[in-house]
Order: sequence, then C-alpha cells, then structure tokens
Amino acid sequence: MVKLRKKVYMTAGYNTISLGTGRSEFNPKKARPGIEHYIKEAGQATLEKIGGAKNVDEGIIGNFMAPRFNKQGNMPGFIPFVDEGLEWKPCSSQEGACGSGALALIGGVKSVLADTADVVLTIGVEVQNTVKAIYGADILAGAGWFQKRKNGHAYFFPGQFSDRAGAYYEKYGFERTRKGFARWFRNAIENARLCPTAQEHENKIEDLEAFYMSRKPDGRSFVDNLSVLDCSKVSDGASAITIMSEEGLKRCGIPKADAVEIISFAQVERNIANDPPDLTELTAIKKAAHLALESAGITIDQLGTIETHDCFSIAGILAVEAFGYAKPGEGADFIAAGHTARDGKIPMNTTGGLIGWGHPTGGTGVHQAVTIWEQLTGNAGDAQLEIKPDRPYGMTVNMGGDDVTVVAIIYKRGE
Amino acid sequence: MSYEERLQNVTVLGAAGKMGSGILLLTAVEMADLMLKPENKSKTFVLNAVDVSKEGLAGLMKYLRTQVLKVAEKKTVPLRKAYADRKDIIENSEIINQYIEDVVRIVHPSTRMEAAYDSTLVFEAINENKDLKIKILSQIDKNNPHKPWFFTNTSSVPINIIDDGVGLDGRVLGFHFYNPPAVQKLVELIVTNQTSKDITEFAKVYAKNLKKVVVPSNDVAGFIGNGHFMRDALHAIHEVEKLSDEMPFEQAVYMINRVSQEYLVRPMGIFQLIDYVGIDVVRFIMQVMNPYMQDEELHSPLLDKMISLNIKGGQHSDGSQKDGFLKYEKGKPVGIYSPEKKEYIAIEDFKAQCDEKLGALPDSVVAWKSVVRMKNKDEVLKNYFNELNVLNALGADLATKYGKRSKEIGKKLVSDNVALNEEDVNTVLMTGFFHAYGPINNYFN
Repeated sequence: MVKLRKKVYMTAGYNTISLGTGRSEFNPKKARPGIEHYIKEAGQATLEKIGGAKNVDEGIIGNFMAPRFNKQGNMPGFIPFVDEGLEWKPCSSQEGACGSGALALIGGVKSVLADTADVVLTIGVEVQNTVKAIYGADILAGAGWFQKRKNGHAYFFPGQFSDRAGAYYEKYGFERTRKGFARWFRNAIENARLCPTAQEHENKIEDLEAFYMSRKPDGRSFVDNLSVLDCSKVSDGASAITIMSEEGLKRCGIPKADAVEIISFAQVERNIANDPPDLTELTAIKKAAHLALESAGITIDQLGTIETHDCFSIAGILAVEAFGYAKPGEGADFIAAGHTARDGKIPMNTTGGLIGWGHPTGGTGVHQAVTIWEQLTGNAGDAQLEIKPDRPYGMTVNMGGDDVTVVAIIYKRGE
Repeated sequence: MSYEERLQNVTVLGAAGKMGSGILLLTAVEMADLMLKPENKSKTFVLNAVDVSKEGLAGLMKYLRTQVLKVAEKKTVPLRKAYADRKDIIENSEIINQYIEDVVRIVHPSTRMEAAYDSTLVFEAINENKDLKIKILSQIDKNNPHKPWFFTNTSSVPINIIDDGVGLDGRVLGFHFYNPPAVQKLVELIVTNQTSKDITEFAKVYAKNLKKVVVPSNDVAGFIGNGHFMRDALHAIHEVEKLSDEMPFEQAVYMINRVSQEYLVRPMGIFQLIDYVGIDVVRFIMQVMNPYMQDEELHSPLLDKMISLNIKGGQHSDGSQKDGFLKYEKGKPVGIYSPEKKEYIAIEDFKAQCDEKLGALPDSVVAWKSVVRMKNKDEVLKNYFNELNVLNALGADLATKYGKRSKEIGKKLVSDNVALNEEDVNTVLMTGFFHAYGPINNYFN
C-alpha cells in the first residue's frame, strides 16, 4: 500500500478530439493529421495553461504501439517537438498497452515524490486509423501474449472479451446481461453528446437501447458474444496534463482549487502468460481499485465519479462488480437500473468513456485523468456533474491488455 | 462428378474483359475456398484465364490481387480457421497475404485456347458475337475429352442457338452476371430445351456459394434484364426525338435524363446508364436481339449516328467513365453532346431554362439514395408518385408516361414468357439495376 510522502497535484488538462468513425471530420479515404500533430496540440494547450515550457522540469509520454501504427519509435523525442523550450530536459516514455497513459501519469507522480521534478508534463497519445481495423487488430493483439495469437480470434481483443461475455452470459443469463450492456452503451453515447471532443459527440440515434438491442452478436463476421456496439472506438487522439508539487503550482501561478490532488494510486501487474483466473472477474482491476481506496482511506461511497476502462461493455460490468458496487452477477442489473448514469448513484465515464468518447489506446489513461480533473474543478462544460461535499473523490482505472497492467488513481479537488 | 471435382479444372474465356475478369475473380475465390478445406488439401485446382490480349491478362492478374485483398480483409475471421494448421502464419496480415497467394496460384493466364482442353467447366465471356461463340466453343468441345459443361455469360444470344450450333446436347446454360460481377448480386439463369438437371443444380449451388440472387429467365434474346433495358432506352430515345422538334437536342437529352433519374427516383439517368454500358454495346445488344423479335424493331438510328461520330461511352481501363451522350468530370455529367455542332454543350448553359420547362417536383420527392434504405419505401414512393401524377407540368407528364411504359415493358416480358412471373422482373430491375422499385407497380395508374 502506497502512502504519498508529500502532496502531488494534477492540473491544466487538455484533450484533442478523438478522431475516427462517428466524427464528421473523419474520412477514411482522406489524409489525416499524424501522431506529431496530436502530441503537439495537446502538449502546447497544456503548456499555455501553466505559463509555458520554461516551467516544466520533465516530460513523460504514454504510447502503446506507435512503432507499428505509425512506424515511429523513440517517443520521448517528441516532447521537445511540442515546444523548443522543452529541449534538453529529461523525457521518457511509458508503455503498458492500453494502460500506457496511466503509467505515464504515475511516472510523473513518482518524479514529484522523488523530488526530482516539481512540474511534469504528461502526454498520452495514439493514432490508430493509419491501418484498417483488421490490421489494427494484429497490432493491438500485442497487448496479449504473442504465443497465444495463433489460436486467438482475427479480432484478438474483441475475441478475448467476447469469451468473458460468453462466460458471464452462461453464468448469469444472456438477456439480463444484454440489458446491462444496452444501458452502458446508452450512457456512453448520451455522455459523449455532452462533450465536444468525443468521437460520438454527433451521434443522433434516438432510442439508443433499442438500437443496441437490434445489433446482435454474429460470430460469422465478428465475435460470438459481442457486437461492434459493445466495443470501444478506433481512435486518433492525445491528452495532456501536468503533475505538480505544491512548489510547482506556485511556480506556475495555479491556485490549488484549479488542480486535483492525487490522494492515492495503485498499480498491479498480472502475468501476461497466464489465462485470467476467472473470466467473470477483472481480478487486477479489483486489486488495484481496492489498494487505491485503502491507501486513500476512503470507501466507494465517498467517490463522486469514476472513469473506468470500458474497452468493451463487459469490462464496464465487471468493473462495477470489481469496485464493489454490485455482487458478482449483479453488475448488469446495477447498470440497467441507471446507477452508473450521470444522475445515478455513481456516475461513470461522464464524457462517454472508451465506447463514447473514444479510445486512443496509449492516450486513454491521460484522458481519464483530464476528465476527472475537469469534473472535480468545475471545468467539464456541458458534461459537468454536481460534485457533492460528502462524495468529493474521483477515481480513474486504466487497464492494459486483458486485465494485465492496471493503474487506479484517486483524486480530490485541491484545497 | 461432385461439385468439387467439377471445379478442379475450369476455364474462363475472355478473362481479361469487363465481365470475364469479374467471373474469374469470383470463381478463383470459390475454388480457393474449396482447396482450403481439409479434405481437398491434396487436390490440385486449376483455373485457366484465357484471353487474346497479353496486356489484358497482365492487367487481370493485378486486378485479381487487388480484389482478393479486399475479399480476404472481409473474411479474415473464417480464413483464420482455414489456416489454423499453418503454424508459420500468425497475424491477420500474414493470413490475408497467404490467401492472395493461394488464389493467384490457382489462376493460369494464357492466350491459348488449348488451355481449356482439360477443363470440366468452361465460362464463356467473349464478345457478343454468336458465330464467334459457336466457333470457339466447338473447337474446345471437339478437343476436350471430358465433355465439359459450358456456362455462357451472353446477355443477348439465345442459349438454344449456342447449344444447337455447337452440338452440345444440353451441356450448356446461360449464367448471366451483371456488371460488375464482383459487386452485382444478380445472375440470370437460362436453360435450353435440353440442359440437364445436373448442370442446373450445379449452377444453383455455385450461384449460392457466390452469394448471388438467381432469377430464371426463358431463352428469349435479351432475357429479362436487357429485355427491359433496351426497350426502356428506346422509349427515352423516342421521347428525346419528339422533344427535339421544339428544342435543341442536348436540352432534350438533359430533360429526359433528369426525368428518368430524379423524377422516377432511379440511381442514374437513362442516358448516363447507356454511357455506362457503352453506346456501342447497347447498339450491339439490340442488333443481337433484333432478329429474334417479332412485331418489334429494336434499333435506333440515333445510336448509329453517335457511333459514326465516334461517341461511344464505356469506361477507361481505370474504371472511370468515358464521355458518351454526356460529358463527365470526376464522374459527374457536366455537358451533353450535340451531334449537330459536334461538341459538348455545358449543362450549366441551359439547365435553368430546361428545369423551368420541366416544372417543380412535388415537395414529397425523395432521393433514390435515401429511399432504397427506407423501411416504409413503398408508402413513401406511393405518396410521392400520387402527387407527381396529378401535377400539371411537363416533367411530371414525361415521368408518368415513362413509368407507365416501363411497366408495360415489364408486363410484356411476363406475357412473352421471358420471365416466369412479375416478381422476377421486379427482382432483376431492383437487384441488377439497383432500382428502388420494380417496373411492375401501381404508382402510375
């Protein structure tokens, strides 16, 4: 259990749009901005909010598969590309599949804790629309053990989570589970409509749950137990945020109330070569979330909002159970009853999450932190929740692979 | 001989042509899928791509690779299963590439007719020339010891004539793909008086595996599709000729083209369709059909004139539209040919004037693109055509007349026993021509 030896904050978050199917700017036949564009846009926007590059001590970039999606390695070199004022400063990158973003965040937290930096610029990025989905599936499969690729599905990760969904259907009932998924999907789209950068921002479908139900899983062309509506988006996007000590905030002239304090964080790793111990449980997420809660000294009843890694709808349901909001097998009912909607008991993924906002894989962890920062500091625009005094905390849970690399972080508005 | 055995050695004649290349692609993919079945792995599959043009065959192999790539990308899920025993190919990209190699490996391009002498099935997609077809098929049949089955893609020559001409005793049927075969779902199936049941059954299974919609047609030149299209085109040409008494030719073409598209809610105007098929091809089909028509002349001096002026339409080798009745820029009509001035006149120059003459469309007008997807399509169209029919305007009158004529043509195809029933006529027009509704309807009563 980690207890932070000093106060650490995050502030000045920024998200680019999540570009891909659903956005009117997206045309698969036309040239699109490259990975450099996203890094620069997010990085510069954040620098502007903190008084410029001169205030930054260190840069960390989270990215999963630029070497394959973009034929680009050596990602730390793109931090000085954001602003020449960052040149000659220490930079590094973090990779833990779709958990890369949160690894970059806790890398920054550790630098602040180690007194080696007071201001760390953290950027998470992925640009995935460079290849068709069928080839993207090959690239993303790198988040699993390559020895298992041969026997895996063409759409490897949808296949993994389809197996989880199938196990869940069998144990707890198909119809009941699909109802939960339908509501999860509806919440994702409705929340995305409130956020201008979300990939599903322009989605105009009226009866979202009926639409969801009309798309049945079909194993002949996709996976057995999930439809594309159960899946997160293929996205291009970046997010940036800074991690600061109290000295860092002072240096940048940022009041604590405009920042979130990192109350705790936990990171756990599951052996990638092993199959999940139980297909109907996200064990690593369960461990990470509870370690973070314990470390923060709070219970789930004190959380006002959560950003959780819903790369697939089943991951949303299993996370609800892993956090402890519902018993095993009752997560779908909890969601179907509206408890995770923005006006429910525990609003989750309030700008759409990975299904509604988008999932630029290596950038998602940072995007989640930016969303929580926006919500807790009153910067969430149309998506703003009312944060009640008795539930002042927010939590992000970012996952790499099939419950392999997991980071949970708990936040509270600075005071 | 089983289905698999029949498909172990196949020849496509005219394989580099527009239709032949599509037939070759679909057959190559079907054969590769058979080859990948565990029980067939030791068997050899050969698909001869025969064409007179060496350059055409080189282009064909390029086309094949591009198209098989698309096919493979769409069916990677089953392909992973088909290659499950190949430990050396793991990623989707590797599986897709292997599949392309396997399909291409089946195909043997050749300019020599002898390639077909070992085939058990021969697809014929050469020129619409009856005598040439009979000559080539006779040569193959004489030299081929396997008594091969012949599938002809002719869209206009009666199959009985080919059967009798070659002396095939029923080892032939018409298997008429629509253009482009790789995309179009429709196949017209035409049997002769002697075609054996085995061949017909095989053809149905083959069509089903290619995911085609089969519509049987009787052996009357032109069958259902061209039987409608040619007469529909002649109606349009006659209307243009009548209008040309009062206005320049190009304006008349513009008006009828617009009426046949927007007013009738069709995917393209009739003159654009003629250009797409090729003015020379349309004339040729009429010429082939005409001798078999009683009390009817399928011929247009206007088409003769256009061809004599070297205005032919059709497509460039990259698939883009050549100029014909209409001039195209980026696939969109921008001008119309004036045989009198021997040049294209910009549509912009007379559009407003013509549109005014045609009169406004009813408010309930719908675009073809949106109507084809509507669940209540019939209701929407009924409502629109009801309003159109009572509109007192030139465009509405021309459209109503056009719709009535199209229905008459459709009904005649049934009464002449070309089609078995009205539904088949509608299926051909809706599937093969992408019409939003069949010609036999109650919209123009």
